[in-house]
Amino acid sequence: MSIFIDRGTKLVVQGITGRDGSFHAKQMLEYGTAVVAGVTPGKGGQKFEGKVPVFDTVADAVAATGANTSVIYVPSRFATDAVYEAADAGITLIVCITEGLPVLDMTRAVPYVRERGARLIGPNCPGAISPGQSKVGIIPGKICREGEIGVVSRSGTLTYEIIHQLTQHGLGQSSCIGIGGDPIIGTNFIDCLDAFQADPATEAIVMIGEIGGTDEQNAAEYVKQHVTKPVVGFIAGQTAPPGRRMGHAGAIISGSSGTAAEKMAALDAAGIGVMKRPADVVPLLKERLGRA
Amino acid sequence: MNLHEYQARALLKGAGIPVPDGEVARTPEQAYEIAKRLGGRTVIKAQVHAGGRGKAGGVKLAKDAKEAKAKAGEIIGMTIKGLRVNQVLVVPAADIASESYVGVIVDRASQRPVLMVSPAGGVDIEEVAAKTPEKIFRTAVDPRYGLLAHQAMALGFKLYRDVGLVRQAAAIMQQLYRAFWQAGASLVEINPLITTPDGKVVALDAKLVVDDNELERHPEIAALRDSTAEAPAEVTARDAGLSYIKLEGNVGCCVNGAGLAMATMDLVKYYGGEPANFLDIGGSSNPQKVVSALKIITADPNVKSILFNIFGGITRCDDVANGIVTATKQLKLDRPVVIRLTGTNEALAVKILEEAGFSALTDMDDAVRRAVERATEAA
Repeated sequence: MSIFIDRGTKLVVQGITGRDGSFHAKQMLEYGTAVVAGVTPGKGGQKFEGKVPVFDTVADAVAATGANTSVIYVPSRFATDAVYEAADAGITLIVCITEGLPVLDMTRAVPYVRERGARLIGPNCPGAISPGQSKVGIIPGKICREGEIGVVSRSGTLTYEIIHQLTQHGLGQSSCIGIGGDPIIGTNFIDCLDAFQADPATEAIVMIGEIGGTDEQNAAEYVKQHVTKPVVGFIAGQTAPPGRRMGHAGAIISGSSGTAAEKMAALDAAGIGVMKRPADVVPLLKERLGRA
Repeated sequence: MNLHEYQARALLKGAGIPVPDGEVARTPEQAYEIAKRLGGRTVIKAQVHAGGRGKAGGVKLAKDAKEAKAKAGEIIGMTIKGLRVNQVLVVPAADIASESYVGVIVDRASQRPVLMVSPAGGVDIEEVAAKTPEKIFRTAVDPRYGLLAHQAMALGFKLYRDVGLVRQAAAIMQQLYRAFWQAGASLVEINPLITTPDGKVVALDAKLVVDDNELERHPEIAALRDSTAEAPAEVTARDAGLSYIKLEGNVGCCVNGAGLAMATMDLVKYYGGEPANFLDIGGSSNPQKVVSALKIITADPNVKSILFNIFGGITRCDDVANGIVTATKQLKLDRPVVIRLTGTNEALAVKILEEAGFSALTDMDDAVRRAVERATEAA
């Protein structure tokens, strides 16, 4: 088992003929993801890599292939509409890798997707992987292995770093979800914690947060109330100055709120094991799982 | 992107909000001419992307045109929070009966724009929020319908008792919300929004921050960018497609990915050092970006050692290695470099680096510890 994506995932790649879309579509095919279709307006009828049919619209792709999941690599100025298009075509899981989407666009797109019963992951995220089953996005497949740790993160390469450490020490993953570094995102920590708690394949959860906003604090409160599995957490940005955006649009301390210290205290108060540095993830997890 | 006050007030004026006259001056002589035209007392305000201008001496009252010239001369050229003041806004001094605050932000929790008002205006709103949060009133706006008239009226009654004033304030709030949306802003504030003794509601100050991701579709706003008012190293970094923030420490950090960059800075601190900067070279590595990054880092005289931390997922380690080798040919590297690379094409990268006389580590903790040691030795 896993969360959000698995062997039943039938993927359509929006922007499959573009530079990023084609590169990652190949990687996903190599990993074994069921990439059933691609979409690029004006290129309907072509075949990608000689086997994946390309369509002009997502609706055409869904009608012809039964795709249930989409991943978006189109340039930022078209990406918000790509989210709407996927939702209108009946896609139930939309993963938006593209970065640089206007925040105000998301104030409309996120409720739009939700009202149609679909889930949006991202935007500006590395996507998801359920090792051995399916990879949707850009998380490198070879650093992952099948196992029982659930990973949820606002970051990209920091997540790879942590996954890498888990894998090196024999701790495989059930699913890894990159929820993205923007201020408004479709899927938050609580959504993932809830899914991991319900997933029988997941035994423990790693959450990787960062400065800005209150998502981690809310997640800590949720863990206290609803999550019985061991949870460990890391917060990036302990040395970040207030009022400056640290790369991610959402990584900013506003006034005195959203600091790493405040978030780490909230995690600790909820009984979550707080990592001081990425290398703490393995010992802390083993301790919580009673495998020290 | 931050707009200057004079740019923001022009935008609000265009949206129909009552804003007093005023013009921007780059020299004391221009300030004199403007003050003479306006007549009477004026206020000279530094145009700089930093808060706390008043406390820093960047806002001054002048009783006539001659004094306006003198005050402008004092303010132009001064430095506020490390940024040089190049221009001043000259406005008529207002008669103020009351001051309040009106702003629109994007609220992450409700995932909506939120209109915020407070009768405690004219002071830092963060301070009001911390000390007297009961004086701040908020309404989340459904972005499909915008700020409804009755919502604006209800907020207006939080500011004034007189319905005439409430109606004026409500109209301003609706105009402000529309301006916020149309500009693709992440924040807009009027602080203070004043009432005059003759019963008018007027915007005395304006602050507007535009979401960088909106600039592509708003070229007219992108054109307002004043690069001379930003830290030069940060402008250079942006032009090179890098995300850079200067800090006060001595370990220069060059990392791929924002989260890993922050975690690297934190680890520097964990091992007893202080990071000199945040720098994300981004996902798709090209050697030229590494060259630009090294130029920016080495331009900081505080930097005593340089740390690379690269996790190759999409980024290829050999690209970064090539960038380091190219950069060291172009720049005279007079400070120790510690390189950590792991992931895609790691072996090839190590070979490239070793041939050029560098050594590379694969463990993040080892590398950070060593970079801190090198910086301490050099200090």
